[in-house]
Amino acid sequence: MTGNGMLTRLLALIHKEFLALLKDPRSRLVLVVPPMIQLLVFGYAATFDLKHIPYALYNEDRGAASRELVAAFDGAPAFRRVATLRAEREITPLVDRRAVLAVVHIGPRFSADLQSGGSAPLQVIVDGRNSNTAMIGLNYVRSVVERFNLEWTASHGLQSPPARLQTRAWFNPNLESRWFFIPGIIGMLTLVTTMLVTALTVAREREQGTFDQLLVTPLRPGEILLGKALPGFIIGIAQGTVILLIATLWFKVPLLGSLPALYAGLALFLLSGVGAGLLISSLAVTQQQGLLGAFLFMVPAVILSGFATPIANMPPVVQAITLIDPLRYFLVILRKVFLEGAGFDVLASQFWPMAVIGAVSLVLASWLFRHRLY
Amino acid sequence: MNDAPILEATDLAKAFSAGGRRTRALDGVSFAIRPGAVTGLIGPDGAGKTTLMRLAAGLLVPDTGRIRALGLDSTGDSLAVQAALGYMPQRFGLYEDLTVQENLDLYADLQGLPKTARTERYQELMHMTGLAPFTRRLAGRLSGGMKQKLGLACTLVRPPRLLLLDEPTVGVDPVSRRELWSIVDRLVRDEGMSVLLSTAYLDEAERCQAVILLDRGKILDQGPPATISARMAGRTWAVSGPGRPREVQAGLAGQSGVVDALVQGDHVRLVMQTADDPARLAGLPGLEDARITAVPPRFEDGFIDLLRGRAGTASSPAQDSGLTEGLQRRAQPGDAPVIEVAGLRRRFGDFWAVDGISFEVRRGEIFGLLGANGAGKSTTFRMLCGLLPASAGTLRVAGLDLRHAASAARGRIGYMSQKFSLYGNLSVAQNLDFFASAYGLAGDARATRRQWALTEFELTPYAEQLSADLSLGYKQRLAMACALMHQPEILFLDEPTSGVDPLARREFWQRIYALARAGVTILVTTHFMEEAEYCDRLAIMAAGRILAMDEPAAIKAGARSPELPDPSMEDAFVRLAESAGEAERAA
Repeated sequence: MTGNGMLTRLLALIHKEFLALLKDPRSRLVLVVPPMIQLLVFGYAATFDLKHIPYALYNEDRGAASRELVAAFDGAPAFRRVATLRAEREITPLVDRRAVLAVVHIGPRFSADLQSGGSAPLQVIVDGRNSNTAMIGLNYVRSVVERFNLEWTASHGLQSPPARLQTRAWFNPNLESRWFFIPGIIGMLTLVTTMLVTALTVAREREQGTFDQLLVTPLRPGEILLGKALPGFIIGIAQGTVILLIATLWFKVPLLGSLPALYAGLALFLLSGVGAGLLISSLAVTQQQGLLGAFLFMVPAVILSGFATPIANMPPVVQAITLIDPLRYFLVILRKVFLEGAGFDVLASQFWPMAVIGAVSLVLASWLFRHRLY
Repeated sequence: MNDAPILEATDLAKAFSAGGRRTRALDGVSFAIRPGAVTGLIGPDGAGKTTLMRLAAGLLVPDTGRIRALGLDSTGDSLAVQAALGYMPQRFGLYEDLTVQENLDLYADLQGLPKTARTERYQELMHMTGLAPFTRRLAGRLSGGMKQKLGLACTLVRPPRLLLLDEPTVGVDPVSRRELWSIVDRLVRDEGMSVLLSTAYLDEAERCQAVILLDRGKILDQGPPATISARMAGRTWAVSGPGRPREVQAGLAGQSGVVDALVQGDHVRLVMQTADDPARLAGLPGLEDARITAVPPRFEDGFIDLLRGRAGTASSPAQDSGLTEGLQRRAQPGDAPVIEVAGLRRRFGDFWAVDGISFEVRRGEIFGLLGANGAGKSTTFRMLCGLLPASAGTLRVAGLDLRHAASAARGRIGYMSQKFSLYGNLSVAQNLDFFASAYGLAGDARATRRQWALTEFELTPYAEQLSADLSLGYKQRLAMACALMHQPEILFLDEPTSGVDPLARREFWQRIYALARAGVTILVTTHFMEEAEYCDRLAIMAAGRILAMDEPAAIKAGARSPELPDPSMEDAFVRLAESAGEAERAA
């Protein structure tokens, strides 16, 4: 067969794949709606930032100092007082039914101790059932108290503490979780879509009996593989672009780095995603198996990628496993390009592992493809 | 025989919606089935047979009308009806990972058969089905025929008064098919059971005491099969020579007054609209010097007559001219064989699916591979198409070795499978375009071929329709068109007409004949005994080997005996299978 004939066949296959994907209203819906919902969920709902922390105040002190402290809490937008307690026994039921996240307990000698120039203990009780939220809430309390301390020492002419903390958050000055999450979503959603598109495509044809029909045409296994891989790749690039636009234009996440570097990363990442999808595809006989296989790959891939929890916190064995997770590398690229303004030079160490994963999975998929035709 | 009917339907209708279209599966069906008999429900796929069975078993609710089984309302009293009747669906729910015995136990538990009654009932059933030696075998490792028998045994664990069997003989080898029928006959005779059995095989109708002919949701006719074939008395003839039967047939098909003309080995079976005398028949084209003898009518003749009467068409004329455009490569006497197979073997694990077969097919020949499911014909077929590498032996297709030039060889083959493997969510035109391009056609060449396919297969009105929404007959046409887009020299047909109605099947074979005349080599696999008669030569396969290879008439002649002066293809098959079994036992 001439090279021209091969191109005709290949283009026909890609054209057919797109028709099959886009003509069916249901599969069109699958390509558009779930990614949009996830984008909105992560953009608006998933955040580490706490707003309006409900807290209760148990103030046994009548002094001016305690009033000033209470005013500091009431004035902080992060806090919302929902109860004012009169007795210690009222604390337990409030925390138990999650009415408050924290209880600020000011002891009876608070103002007196401070006036006498000493320091006074301040008790904070937090609901530790969600450790993450409790830690963040506690941090907010700490910063309110710290500000109170500074003002108090200044206004009373006292000596300020020997060392004072001055924080500046680089890359994300207001520490907005959205800036952290949304670039990651580009990786996660494009992975989900390409995996689904590629992992189901061969299985669907096997189920419908069209796969044999395809195999008896002069199309070679390698051409079929390529014809199945490219649509997933193209759809991934298109979807990545749409999410990128929404992230920068709608959610206003700053994109500081090099766009070509980002797309190079996306292309390599999709290569490994398509490879994994085709690997599943060549093994799955039914669409159900394909779907299960895709999820079996995607869930660990997302969890181990550092999308939500840092890889550095994982046990060493698990950290070693993350090395074969392509999303791990792409997340680094995304965050570095978005927030740090990185370009190709910084990212080389992230590019090559994805290229290796992509090459290995594609070679393996094409080997399996040829040996599992029967 | 004046008992109350055991199953009675009045004005039954049921429609299904799929993809925005509403299909009337049953449309005003009324009948009454008398007890103590086998009633056949005959019709092609999509006629409404399964819907009717499921309505009778109370598994579906009719849109209008009512159906009563065993004096109970199937719809309102479905639980009572299901407890009293036995229903074996097309794919019976055997648990393939359980043994034969465990499957029986399971169904005995499900049907609440008391433990004390089991031993005796199991013995009866195992004896009846001949499965006694296999009780400890996994159901998944039984042959197709044995699975059906086990399914039947499970349905019969608690003897029902009414038994519904949905296509129990599809894909089953002829020997098992006969055994299944003798079990059914015995149930009716000895246990007084009533049986409603659906089938797409018209030759099975003659074994029933009564038949209901169903087509597209409507009853065409009902009554004893003999009365339906009796109408054809004096209208059926066997015509032989001069010339090959296929040429004689081509001359007869489509002539006025001809209902049906069918190649049957060495002669043509001719069915006329009216009773004629042989002298008048001689006036038909090509019959001046032919030998014409009267033959007794068959059930199928009556069915075809009814279908034609309904459709208002004469027999499908011979297809030629446009269909074979660009394919004219008539066979020459000195041609090398187009398909050469020698010592072909294929192993799966420790099992030889194909165990040393050899044959050659000449240009323009129609060669059939006949065998039951599991005989090895699909494996052979897949090796010929280059879908499966051979374990040993040589395989040459169109002069190309499949080991080295699989892609190039595939480019010269057209392939059509029984599932009509088309892309359901692409339109007719898109399917045509895709397959044309997959074979390397582009631009004008592709557009020309698309136009050719739409015209030749009368698909133009459906060009923009999704292929999933086509009727079975049109799907078959489209599948064939797709297989012919690149003008292949060789056409592989895998069970090409399974389930389509007899008229569509005839039309299909007319096209095949035309292609063969134009020099296309045709290889067809089938388990349809009838279809084997249409081939020029055929190989009968069982257990991975070729039992016999010859012209259909010669194969049938081999089974001739004093008791069986005019054996059918099925008789020949059963005889060959039996003697192969004996030889194996002797060895």
